[in-house]
Amino acid sequence: MAVTQIFGARVRRREDPRLITGRATYTDDLVLPDLCYAVFVRSPHAHARIRRIDTTRAKAATGVIDVFTAVDLDGKVGTIPTAWLIPNADLKTPPHPPLAKEKVRHVGDAVAVVVACSRDEAYDAAALVEVEYDVLPAVVDMEQALRGDVLVHDGVPQNRAFLWTLAGGDYESAVKEPGVRTLRQRLINQRLIPTAMEPRAVVAQYNTGSGELVVWSTTQNPHILRLLLSATAGIPEHRIRVVAPEVGGGFGSKIAHYPEEAVVAHLAQRLGRPVKWTETRRENYQVTTHGRDHVTDLEVAFRDDGTVVGLRVRTLANLGAYLSTAAPGVPTYLYGLMLSGAYKIPHISCEVVGVFTNTTPVDAYRGAGRPEACYAVERAMDLVAQELGLDPVEVRRKNLIRKEEFPYTVATGLTYDSGDYERALDRALQMLNYAQFRADQAQARRQGRYLGVGFSTYVEVCGLGPSKVVGSTGFQGGLWESALVRMHPTGKVTVLTGTSPHGQGEETTFAQLVAQELGVPLEDVEVLHGDTDAVQWGWGTYGSRTTPVGGTAVYLAAQRVKEKAKRIVAHQLEVSPDDLVFEAGRFHVRGAPDRGMTIQEVALQAYLAWNLPEGMEPGLEAAANWDPSNFVFPFGTHACVVEVDPDTGQVKVLRYIAVDDCGRVINPLIVDGQVHGGVVQGIAQALWEGAVYDANGNLLTGSLSDYAFPKAGWFPTFQTDRTETPTPTNPMGVKGVGETGTIAATPAVVNAVMDALAPFGIRHLDMPLWPEKVWRAIQQAKGGGA
Amino acid sequence: MIPAAFEYVRAKSVREAVSLLQQHGGRAKLLAGGHSLLPLMKLRLSQPEMLIDLGPVDELRGIREDGNSVVIGAMTTHDEVATSPVVRDRVPLLAECAAQIGDVQVRNRGTLGGSLAHADPAADYPAAVLVLDAQMECEGPAGARTVPASQWFVDMLTTALRPDEILCRVRIPAQAKGVGWSYVKLPHPASGYSLLGVACLLTVDAGTVREARVAITGAGPKAVRLPTVEQALAGKPADQASFAEAARLASDGLEATDDLYASAEYKRHLAVVYTKRGLLRALERAAR
Repeated sequence: MAVTQIFGARVRRREDPRLITGRATYTDDLVLPDLCYAVFVRSPHAHARIRRIDTTRAKAATGVIDVFTAVDLDGKVGTIPTAWLIPNADLKTPPHPPLAKEKVRHVGDAVAVVVACSRDEAYDAAALVEVEYDVLPAVVDMEQALRGDVLVHDGVPQNRAFLWTLAGGDYESAVKEPGVRTLRQRLINQRLIPTAMEPRAVVAQYNTGSGELVVWSTTQNPHILRLLLSATAGIPEHRIRVVAPEVGGGFGSKIAHYPEEAVVAHLAQRLGRPVKWTETRRENYQVTTHGRDHVTDLEVAFRDDGTVVGLRVRTLANLGAYLSTAAPGVPTYLYGLMLSGAYKIPHISCEVVGVFTNTTPVDAYRGAGRPEACYAVERAMDLVAQELGLDPVEVRRKNLIRKEEFPYTVATGLTYDSGDYERALDRALQMLNYAQFRADQAQARRQGRYLGVGFSTYVEVCGLGPSKVVGSTGFQGGLWESALVRMHPTGKVTVLTGTSPHGQGEETTFAQLVAQELGVPLEDVEVLHGDTDAVQWGWGTYGSRTTPVGGTAVYLAAQRVKEKAKRIVAHQLEVSPDDLVFEAGRFHVRGAPDRGMTIQEVALQAYLAWNLPEGMEPGLEAAANWDPSNFVFPFGTHACVVEVDPDTGQVKVLRYIAVDDCGRVINPLIVDGQVHGGVVQGIAQALWEGAVYDANGNLLTGSLSDYAFPKAGWFPTFQTDRTETPTPTNPMGVKGVGETGTIAATPAVVNAVMDALAPFGIRHLDMPLWPEKVWRAIQQAKGGGA
Repeated sequence: MIPAAFEYVRAKSVREAVSLLQQHGGRAKLLAGGHSLLPLMKLRLSQPEMLIDLGPVDELRGIREDGNSVVIGAMTTHDEVATSPVVRDRVPLLAECAAQIGDVQVRNRGTLGGSLAHADPAADYPAAVLVLDAQMECEGPAGARTVPASQWFVDMLTTALRPDEILCRVRIPAQAKGVGWSYVKLPHPASGYSLLGVACLLTVDAGTVREARVAITGAGPKAVRLPTVEQALAGKPADQASFAEAARLASDGLEATDDLYASAEYKRHLAVVYTKRGLLRALERAAR
């Protein structure tokens, strides 16, 4: 069938008018009769024993309905589960009570909840809850935590949550081969705070008549939340409806099932009144999951010609005070498996120790494990180049997997689906005008200006994922996806997807692909998601899975609708289905274009059911569940040009080039937007963002006036381009693109800064590259001893 | 992130606001643009029982020329200061300073008087008003009085303004034609305040510095003039070499505090770098 313009067109996001004109309905916008408001009382200490909680004064305060502590929830609200139970890693899963009972383990850990008639009253009363603490020493640093002098959980010696290893090839033997050299570098991948524009919120309503619980929550995965709520709130799954209304960004921080959801759901039932809780930004920073936070000792084995033969990483991964929903899988499978990057590295050895500390729990953050892997590999390539005096581009080129070698199985065991890595690299070099840049750089250095360029020839794994494979990693779920395409009697179409987009734009892209397949106008297709009563099932939106997995299910369902329509036409026109041609939304008999029916006419016939083929059910809708056979592996080359001010250490990003390959593209405008946003977050990690705790576990970057969240004006115009290498993994050939920017950008920027600093002999600086750090390194290099 | 309960009154005149302040003593706070006060209240670091909103007080708004001065109402927003043709023509240093405050939203709401009365140690205006010799015109129960900028900033978040007084206007002597000016800063990456900011006025005569005025904000508890730098420049050739030499004195005795993003030592270094840069930029604009 000829491709019309809808698939691949730069269609503006249909979500945007309501989002940018304030007409979208977020969880906090919901107002219900009798609604009351919950506010959590939170620990000011990172580690303390709770001696006594006195709620008397709070209970007596104006407007207060009731105040609850852990004791009141005993046996009524279950502990918050971890859903990624990585095998063979001695994983410890200490209980995460919904309200802290004996101990608080991080600043912000909830000890009580106040419910009042207004949020203000609840907030005022929360200050009246008297909590006596025996403050304990806190442990923040991972290496200190592993000494075990302070235990976050009594049952977890050395605070070691797990020890996970992965080996491909034989690293130890490889380093002993003649001609193989090694270099080592410690890399800190600092803790980040996801900072979704909308903080979290929950509204729960319990119908005392029907026994049904409705929970509106800022979640990326309403069906998973329903499943977990059935365990924590103790209401059977079929009596729970979870709705994700408009969700204002998540970046992974809204995957987890949080204590507030379980508690608020329970309180709605207990009080017989709807209850709302809305997070403040300060709470968002203290209790919503953080990301990254690795300390990695990297060793690279290589030959004089730049061939990298092996990589050994030993990583400490900070998990914070409790195991969040997906936490154990992020720094292990999503990290270790990607340590080969885009390269043929035959020997890889990886050891990851998960560590509990008295800090906010750490879980997925845009990229989730893959940025950390990409950072290690891409820094390794530059370190090797620097060590050997080679061009970092040539070192990459020497090690890249070549296009004729796909599908390619890397040492960690993953089989990369498709790729043409050098093509993307060449395109980026061309856009950059690499030779010219090096000439400009040399000239600038003569003038005392320090320019640098950095590359990241990244690849990532996404489109999570084949259920059988993720099951083998201990993920307690499948990762297939569901769709239902329903054509109404008028020929209008409703699409139900089990994914739960919250800013990614699939209401537009899915409408495009259905309009393409069914030959209907784009505006005739509506995409619904995020309501467990409307949508059959879904695993949600994360891991850049929505389009490759969820979109494929939609595509298959649309195919089935089209097939059924074709059979109806064949029956009514008394021809064989094989004699029918489908073009621009109309079936006609091959060679007789006058004899035909539009798909809208067929839809009406399907509902009238006056004349359907023998045995065919009336109606025109189809469901599809898609479980992919493999992940997808988008890739590309990002290049960043920076200038470092040697007097202040300030880094300025002068140019940013992103050449991405996410297979076939449904909407280039949306792909560009995803790349832009991802790149901004990736650059921000390199240069500005970083959560900082003091030794007592207080979050020093606890607000937006302390945490260096990026602003639009700090970036140059990004130059983006694409190559297109379809994946054989799904019929549309699409790969995910939601996380590529974040994964690729960070090492490109750091490599660029190190390139700029090369004349000073500076080999490595850890992120974030704040001006003072860069300035001090330059001073030290000059012998200034700053 | 939710303030404690408070009463809210809209004052219609300076006189009414002063009498409300008198009536409620230390329990009331004046509300100007709210960009410093409201965040403190949301964190419950400040819990005034009453807010007296100066928004409706027309006499506190506007920019006018008065002889050789520019008079700016305390409730004039940063954006109005930054874009006013009068300010840009007569006191371009202040316009350049205002344009670098925070972001668009902050500049649209935050006010000149609010910022000067709050006296955040990392605010931008203090350095500018110090070199401009601005006069703070206040009114209180005892009537009006004027405080020169040099006596205005007492300590961190503390000014010469009395608890029952209102800062009404800022009177700024117009910059003489031919005087070079600049405001340069390294912004705090999260808040946009100055990790370090330098304001300069530079008068050059036949290639020689006749007068230099330099002030620094962001380093320590309050903005300060740098008399040693100013004296070192007087009579020196207006060139890179003498600027570099004089700027080296910028860190001498400079009180600096540690910030997450900049240690005191780094701030003292920045003082030197930005003083030199500020002087060079001012020189570009000065009649030689």
